[in-house]
Amino acid sequence: MKILIIEDELDMLQNMKDFLERENFVVETADSVLEARSKIGVYTYDCILLDINLKDGNGLDLLEELKQKKIEDGVIIVSAKNSLDDKLAGLNLGADDYLAKPFHMAELNARVKAVLRRRQFNGNNIIHIDNLSINLDERQANIDNEPLNLNRKEYEILVFFASNQNRMVNKSALAEHVWGDYIDQSDSFEFIYSQIKNLRRKLKSTGARVEIKAVYGIGYKLMTL
Amino acid sequence: MRLLNYTTSYFAAVLFIILGVWAVIFYFEMLDEIYDSLDDGLENQKMLVINRAKADPEVFKNLEFNDGSYTIRPIARNNAISFRDFYRDTLMYMQNEDEYEPVRLLETVFKQDDEFYKLKIITSMVEEDDLIEDLLFSLILLYVGLILSIVLLNNLILKKIWNPFYVLLQQLKDFRLGKDQKIETVPSKIEEFNLLNNRIEQMLGKSVSSYNSQKQFIENAAHELQTPLAISINKLELLVENEDLNPSQIEIIASVLNNLEGLTRMNNSLLLLSKIENQQFPDEEEIHFNDLTFDLKSDFEDLASHKKMKINIKTTSDLKYIMNKGLASILLSNLLKNAIVHGKKKSDIEIVIAGNNFTIYNTGHNGALDSEKVFSRFQKNTDYKASTGIGLAIAKTIAGKYGLQLIYSYDQRHSFQLHFPK
Repeated sequence: MKILIIEDELDMLQNMKDFLERENFVVETADSVLEARSKIGVYTYDCILLDINLKDGNGLDLLEELKQKKIEDGVIIVSAKNSLDDKLAGLNLGADDYLAKPFHMAELNARVKAVLRRRQFNGNNIIHIDNLSINLDERQANIDNEPLNLNRKEYEILVFFASNQNRMVNKSALAEHVWGDYIDQSDSFEFIYSQIKNLRRKLKSTGARVEIKAVYGIGYKLMTL
Repeated sequence: MRLLNYTTSYFAAVLFIILGVWAVIFYFEMLDEIYDSLDDGLENQKMLVINRAKADPEVFKNLEFNDGSYTIRPIARNNAISFRDFYRDTLMYMQNEDEYEPVRLLETVFKQDDEFYKLKIITSMVEEDDLIEDLLFSLILLYVGLILSIVLLNNLILKKIWNPFYVLLQQLKDFRLGKDQKIETVPSKIEEFNLLNNRIEQMLGKSVSSYNSQKQFIENAAHELQTPLAISINKLELLVENEDLNPSQIEIIASVLNNLEGLTRMNNSLLLLSKIENQQFPDEEEIHFNDLTFDLKSDFEDLASHKKMKINIKTTSDLKYIMNKGLASILLSNLLKNAIVHGKKKSDIEIVIAGNNFTIYNTGHNGALDSEKVFSRFQKNTDYKASTGIGLAIAKTIAGKYGLQLIYSYDQRHSFQLHFPK
């Protein structure tokens, strides 16, 4: 899987590159519209992470160019301009998703993987981790083909963990992903704990060979046993 | 009252007064002139009668107004000496009209052959009531005619003249900053209108550009702050995955991360607040607050049940209001979040939608809050560290933007009431 990150903030660029490389993606970078244009012209990418505010131009113009040239790479707009106008403009121009800075790495990972899955047209929209399988079209998780009975929130938590297998998932990243903006104030996301506890119990009782491990009060990690 | 009607009613009132005063003056002037000429006529007739009396003694037989217009009676010398001519109005029966009509009467005294005679001469006079009636009638006719022509003039000519003004007004009525509208003015021959058009175009241009630059500034501030925050948070997230770290180091990182996330939340809230204050949410639609409340209840169910709280909703009316959808949702969710976060564990939260009011009740640990300060920014409950102290300020700002009243009160439990204007 090949990913192109277009971002002029070099620290930001390096962070994303490091993180995605640990997921075994091939990551290329561009820090200007000019460089991005030349790379897009030569290679095809599975996913492009596109910043809007670039030093030599607007990312949205680049997106428009892409769509005019019928380049079908997946595009996620990554922008600090958390403004509705940009979001709507980007999605109208054919971007697959929009991610506002600051974001959690786990969220970026989940979004990238969602875009990649959607672009694989073989209908194989299933995540496999050991004996856990999640069918994303049917929104159904199975352990050894036995259905796992999860409520909506538990399912979303599991998918988020599955997208970030073996990676540390920050509690607030999880809360924002599953509960949205509403939960931004709640006291250190204590309440997430009860949801995780239920999910763990269900995984364990069905003999799943995956486990959600706590990481010293900072978050959780989904690991295979 | 519209401008055209206003000027017309002004004209009507002023004309009414002018015509009224004029009518009174005119009436008395005319009456004066009539008396003057009648009295001259009587004076003349007096001379004629006296002259005839010298030649024709038959005249002295006219003791009553039977056939003529005068009577002559002898009077005593004493009375005659002090007698002065005088004119007066009196009534006399008129055969033709079959009623008493006013007449002008001259009484005078003359001497002939050492005898004194009193002479009364009458002449028929104008009927005052008829005169007033005629005058009034023509005045009303004149008045109505004037008003009609003013209305006609106003509607035809003034409307045409004022057209640039009304065109401008119509556009200003619909104008909202941030909706990318342009005001188009109609050029006019009238200097004042051109000046008005120019000034308004200039002022709006300035407002639009300062609005845009403020919007730009907010977005730039967001960019400038969010990027370093994003970089720091992400670097720590990468760092914490490092296998070499021991638990106490991870805990330090966790604490830094928490603080950075708090900073991010506060930054987002401040940005939201200034965006609302800068009217950057121009899209509006009819919001069904009952539906929205039930939606939010399910969104917050997890958070509430974690604190073993129940959210009860009672609705007796259907609350609808036109506002921005996102802001409506932020408004209610901030109130609900406030109730959950500050409410006691295992207590109930009650939401009542009745009449034009949305009220949310929760029990709290302390007594009444200072209702002056509760909505100000950074007014924090010290027991509760994760709060940015800005949620209620945002709610108040949103409410204010749409003319809703947000009122805090305390009676055994805290209540926040949103009052919607009808």
